[in-house]
Amino acid sequence: MQKFSAFSLARQAMGRHLGWRPQWRSVVPKPSYDIIIVGGGGHGLGAAYYLAKQHGLCNIAVVERGWLAGGNTARNTTIIRSNYLFEQSSSYYEHALKLWEGLSEELNYNVMFSQRGCLMVAHTVHDVQVFKRHVYANRLNGIDNEWLTPEETKAFCPPLNISPNIRYPVLGAALQRRAGTARHDAVAWGFARAASDLGVDIIENCEVTGIDRDPSGKVTGVQTTRGPIRAGKIGVSAAGHSSVVLAMAGIRLPLQVNPLQALVSEPVKPAFPCVVMSNTIHAYISQSDKGEMVIGAGTDSYVSYTQRGGLHIPAHTLEAICELVPDFRRLRMLRSWGGITDNTPDRSPITAKTSVPGLYVNCGWGTGGFKATPGAANLFAWTIARDEPHPINAPFTIERFRDGTLIDEAAAAAVAH
Amino acid sequence: MLLIDCPYCGPRAEIEFAYGGEAHIARPAADVSEEEWEAFLYLRDNTKGVLAERWRHAHGCGRFFNALRDTRTDRFHAFYEIGTPRPDVGDAA
Repeated sequence: MQKFSAFSLARQAMGRHLGWRPQWRSVVPKPSYDIIIVGGGGHGLGAAYYLAKQHGLCNIAVVERGWLAGGNTARNTTIIRSNYLFEQSSSYYEHALKLWEGLSEELNYNVMFSQRGCLMVAHTVHDVQVFKRHVYANRLNGIDNEWLTPEETKAFCPPLNISPNIRYPVLGAALQRRAGTARHDAVAWGFARAASDLGVDIIENCEVTGIDRDPSGKVTGVQTTRGPIRAGKIGVSAAGHSSVVLAMAGIRLPLQVNPLQALVSEPVKPAFPCVVMSNTIHAYISQSDKGEMVIGAGTDSYVSYTQRGGLHIPAHTLEAICELVPDFRRLRMLRSWGGITDNTPDRSPITAKTSVPGLYVNCGWGTGGFKATPGAANLFAWTIARDEPHPINAPFTIERFRDGTLIDEAAAAAVAH
Repeated sequence: MLLIDCPYCGPRAEIEFAYGGEAHIARPAADVSEEEWEAFLYLRDNTKGVLAERWRHAHGCGRFFNALRDTRTDRFHAFYEIGTPRPDVGDAA
């Protein structure tokens, strides 16, 4: 692997940048691996990386139906935070946030993690009570989160309109200063490059069409569009297609997929200093390093695999944003798109063993999986390598829907989160 | 936005409707096993293909009905009343 540094950049510049090599190896699938990860997004590539790095397992393939990080990794609004209500969730997301803080250095790849702070704006008395409860719960768990008055909110994010006369007035906000954003592609590419260097085979354009099992039920490999591949263990990290892949092994999941839309404006000069989220009006805004305002909208109500949704959903978000940030009224929107989010009934993820020996699943991240990328990858790798969950992801089983130990962030956030 | 053909009111815009999830899920008797209760409450086929689903004309007649929609294309293939069997539309797209 070519190490990236100021020195290597200068040296390549002397050679007119003709010496750069591809960042990961292009491979033909081998007939057999110890572990196959299904899904080449951030979570899957990260899991392969941590399996190789921390557990010494290098005979691994990541198989991806399309191209790397072309699914939800490429379609989210890149918000990273850990201020979740319940202990189980906040410790999972905090585990991820701590890994984010050292990720660029660990991967020798600039993932452009920017801890610019995330404001969760309250518009109703209910919001105020809920967010203050979040603040107190987080601080008891050692996670930074603080309450700001409308004036303090305005001081932290000057473009906000805090007039009491607007449809959704700002009554205050919860601020997590360590929250922020990262560059989505760089996360996947950084993990791919580091994993490939440790011997992991990354196989694109390879759709899994079946899961093979022996008479005892244990997995023995996968059928793919590039032929059968044998494997001792299979980890499925397929986001919106988790139900489809797990159905090949006869497993039904507590998941429904919904389109979630996002859009970006034309690029402008730096004008928006932090991440602003409003659960009440389903608006999530930050400014990318390219200068675009990145805006997340609400979820479409119905099950769909189309990666698009109805225009009335982003229109509703934009109406509210134009009132909340009046400067944005003249911004033109450049692109909008949708992703298919895999939602569990309690809006908490599943990172667990399945009832099929040798088959593991990391899914149900719904509308908020990007922020968890390194944490989920790290704990999924642990679960696969040791055939048992890490204490942090132990509560995030499939069986919680049978025994009733839900982690009900759906009720805690009252919306997609 | 979807155009939804309410069997009682005719075609209307999606914003008049509330989504009701997968159709034909019957509530089991009270003494079923935990597995069956879990399946009733939480497990869904999450079909990639033709899905039978419920809609309610919330801002219209207020009535529930079923629809067949292909989740790969979002195209509707049938609308039918609650209590009637699922029409056969084959492997539509």
